[in-house]
Amino acid sequence: MKKKIHRRYLAEFVARVLMIGSFALVALILGLILWTLIQKGLPSLTWEMVSQTPKGGFYLGKEGGILNAILGSLYMAGGGTLIALIFSLPIAIYLNTYLGSSRWGNYVRLVLDILWGIPSIVYGAFGFIIMLSMGMRASLLGGTITLTLLALPIMTRAMDEVIRRMPTDLSEAALALGSTRLEIALRVTLPQMLPGILTAVLLAFGRVIGDAASVLFTAGYTDNIPTTLFRPVASLPLAVFFQLGTPFPEVQQRAYASALILTILVLILSIGSRLISSRLNKYTIK
Amino acid sequence: MAAPALFSKPEQGRPQDGRPYKLSISLRNRLNNIAARVFWLITLIPVGLVIAITVALAVRSAPILQSHSLVELFTGTVWKPFGGQFGFLPFIAGTFWVTTIGVILAVPPCLLTAFYLSEYARPITRNIMKPLLDVLAAIPSVVYGVWGMLVIVPFVQKTFMPWMSSHFGFIPLFASNQPTGFSVISGGVILAVMIIPFIIAIIYEILKTVPQDLREASLGLGATRWETITLVIFPKILPGIIAAIVLGASRALGETMAVLMVVGNVPQIPTSIFDAAYPLPALIANNYGEMMSIPLFDAALLLAAFILLLIILTFNVIATLVLQRILGRRGK
Repeated sequence: MKKKIHRRYLAEFVARVLMIGSFALVALILGLILWTLIQKGLPSLTWEMVSQTPKGGFYLGKEGGILNAILGSLYMAGGGTLIALIFSLPIAIYLNTYLGSSRWGNYVRLVLDILWGIPSIVYGAFGFIIMLSMGMRASLLGGTITLTLLALPIMTRAMDEVIRRMPTDLSEAALALGSTRLEIALRVTLPQMLPGILTAVLLAFGRVIGDAASVLFTAGYTDNIPTTLFRPVASLPLAVFFQLGTPFPEVQQRAYASALILTILVLILSIGSRLISSRLNKYTIK
Repeated sequence: MAAPALFSKPEQGRPQDGRPYKLSISLRNRLNNIAARVFWLITLIPVGLVIAITVALAVRSAPILQSHSLVELFTGTVWKPFGGQFGFLPFIAGTFWVTTIGVILAVPPCLLTAFYLSEYARPITRNIMKPLLDVLAAIPSVVYGVWGMLVIVPFVQKTFMPWMSSHFGFIPLFASNQPTGFSVISGGVILAVMIIPFIIAIIYEILKTVPQDLREASLGLGATRWETITLVIFPKILPGIIAAIVLGASRALGETMAVLMVVGNVPQIPTSIFDAAYPLPALIANNYGEMMSIPLFDAALLLAAFILLLIILTFNVIATLVLQRILGRRGK
């Protein structure tokens, strides 16, 4: 009997070691990724990189920077996120103030989750088909629209989760005082979920700005900064990809630096959304 | 003649203290109904989008289904767009291999980490881990690809492959048939790293739905924590865990850039984990440029996207329904 208890404690101990081990492994991988990027990317990360467009012979290792890609990514991801916000805010509000957890509400949530799961390459192919049928070429507009589709489910579901966590007492109190659902949505839910909206927007922006597969088809690539909606536009992830594809070490070095820039951008967005939501949460009723 | 102020009705319109106009009840109700209808129309957008994507891909890939039989497409191993030969088997096999390896590598650490976070870890550890997982999930796939090329591929080539083939080389699964590290296993490792934060987050959410009483009853009867996990909690959340893994797998199936950069892109059916492969998403991404210049090529590539979409839709619908049922219980 004694031995058996001993064995049970041994199993407990081994399990515990394994768990802490895998926990450490996950943390270690993240550290390794960041360290590799910094070590490889930092040496060639210069001011020139972020402030200039590619000059002649840039892809052979000559002068220039990736300002075209940085601006292109910001344009497309910014535009896409803003357009997606116009649609996702009403959907999130409608899901919660009008539908609650009714059958249609859960159905819409299911569809949003499915949309979230569709890979970006399929969005890219879909955007490409749409553009072909409209006679459009790879352009800033095409990329922005595709990124809008990509951002919509992410943003809506993130907002939905935030509103769901809101105490129902507030809207019940407003209902009892005779408010209509629209008034609850505009005067109770909206101010309450403001931090959540910001978090969701930044989350979607961060996801969308790093996506390469969808803009590959729809936005094209160019060395210039786009001046109209109908011109091709460069993007950061594709800048990394194309520079890495060249056989020249100098250009590959720049690809690492571009990857570092992209990662820093995304990390700022991720950490920023966390900070903003914890700051602004002070002003909402718990 | 004006009535004395004391008995007059309260003034209609905007009150002095800046509150909004008072609207009549019928107007408020009408506004509410209009808004409900507009909102309802907007919720049709996501539904319409799913249908539109499916229909558009189906229509555009129809030409190749008319000229080639399904059997020919799915069992053919020759990919020669110029000769009109479109065998998808190598690409489907490549997708299957990379995804399977990724999921197999990801599941054990995911389960252990999620259990640790939920059952053992102190709140402070949880508070550190959550942003870490967020960051890991936020890193773009191109960056994972760069990391894979810099770290995983050389590691596989210089350390892992020689060691495995000198010790286990007699097993065909571990035979090294090519000298580079661009292989199925590199793709699998990258995918595993990419889906780990995703699966952990879902399993952690599910673990939160397990009633505290169950744990206390089990511990009170003298079970150790690990026994509580394996005998009480694990059987209870097994459907949820499977759903989480299926969702992770469908994420891995569609992952494009990171895999494309490390997997070698050779259209062959891999037989060893050190063989190069060519998954479906990589096929689409690599060939979009020539898509319109060869007859039927665009239909073939869009068929690849359509196959991918159908598999992922099936996976997602089933897994999401299971998860909705489990996580929906929490509120009630």
